[in-house]
Amino acid sequence: MQSLEDIKAKIKDALPGLDCVIGWERGWSPLHGTPLFMRSPEDVDRLTWGPFNVGNPATYLTGFKGKKVGVVVKGCDSRSVVQLLQEKLVKREDVVVFGMPCEGVVDLTKVARKVGDIALVNAAVRAGGTLSVTTPEGMVEIPWEEVAADKCLSCQYPNALVSDHFAGEPLPPAMGRDPAAEQLAALEAMAPAELFAHWAKVMERCIRCYACRNACPMCVCRDHCIAQTRDPHWLTQEDSTREKLMFQMIHALHLAGRCTECGECQRSCPVDIPILALRRKLNAVVKDLFDYQAGVDPQAVPPLFTFQVEEAKINERGW
Amino acid sequence: MPVLAGKELRIVGFLCNWCSYGGADTAGVGRFTQPTDLRIIRVPCSGRIDPLFIVKALLGGADGVLVSGCHPRDCHYASGNFYARRRLEVLKGMLPILGIEPGRFEYTWVSASEGQRWQHVVTTFTNQIHALGPTPVKDVLGACQGLPSLKGGDRAVA
Repeated sequence: MQSLEDIKAKIKDALPGLDCVIGWERGWSPLHGTPLFMRSPEDVDRLTWGPFNVGNPATYLTGFKGKKVGVVVKGCDSRSVVQLLQEKLVKREDVVVFGMPCEGVVDLTKVARKVGDIALVNAAVRAGGTLSVTTPEGMVEIPWEEVAADKCLSCQYPNALVSDHFAGEPLPPAMGRDPAAEQLAALEAMAPAELFAHWAKVMERCIRCYACRNACPMCVCRDHCIAQTRDPHWLTQEDSTREKLMFQMIHALHLAGRCTECGECQRSCPVDIPILALRRKLNAVVKDLFDYQAGVDPQAVPPLFTFQVEEAKINERGW
Repeated sequence: MPVLAGKELRIVGFLCNWCSYGGADTAGVGRFTQPTDLRIIRVPCSGRIDPLFIVKALLGGADGVLVSGCHPRDCHYASGNFYARRRLEVLKGMLPILGIEPGRFEYTWVSASEGQRWQHVVTTFTNQIHALGPTPVKDVLGACQGLPSLKGGDRAVA
């Protein structure tokens, strides 16, 4: 792939001035991409690009505070970078962004539903509209729409929104259906008590591993997360649905007006709890009230970081 | 058996120290009749209220949560209630996705001199919560640990 070679050359050029460049390499199976921290030209040769570059490398940026780093991004990842810049969590001069047009990434849960145990997969190739997966039983060809991550089907930003180096031809926004919106609509159609019971039931599976938080590029408190501090003691270590649900609300509300819907929280969940719906709803509320979408404009101020004396869309409830 | 047995719900009120708490006091001094379901928590400013306080109360089994602060432009700290207004409005929009009726949470502004208005607010809100009935949270999650069960006849002022 020509653009991959181009971007590798650009990374090699930039590498001497950088502490490291974050990208992806092949993981433990052909379906798994894994983060790659490039510090030498040999590392750069391992860089991959394609449907298995699922993770969001922007998650690691705040960990490199005070150092100059590069990051290779898909369109959705670049929104996280923009949001970090907006909140001044990352300095623009300290980060070099490498972008390429993204044609979508794979959802491994969907692949597993098609082919069974994905640990047995020994080859996976995407060619145009099909993903060919080879298992010991033989090769399965799956239409791309059936295994792509939900967010990719209706992706509005396939190209990096900020980039210092961009390789390849920019792609148009995807025009597919939006399964996450359909799922949200289905939840909203439920009666309140029924919906609450639904959340309680799915949250019962939660093992409080905090993977959703750790994978989130916007969860920057890290060691000071209120879910784990004893002062203030927001959550006990009790294994109850109430605490689990409360943790999800902490995570969701701390992302109000900041979540870029990269979907890492839900993807990283080992027990597949559909928590993205909470963030989708929150983003819809923010969009509705403040006409704001997170991670699009590096100059914009996130809506909950500011206020207007006369709010255009908040109805001052008369009693 | 207390007169109110089974008739009272649990409502948590977060009141700004500088105005609404005074407003509630004014209502009390003026001997205005008020429903007794509300338990007041005094906070320094409505801007001090993390929306998570409200979520915590609701998940803990409160049937309703009321937040009351100074009227916009009257904040003791100049801008606390402006920030609060945005946060609380976002929370209110988000509660339905969790399966909690947005009517279980309201926020409003009452100044220290508005005893009459406080009476109106607390009466309206209490009626609203009674119309919604007891929260489904306790039925689904069980009673909150460390708190007495509020089922049936226990739901009364001790």
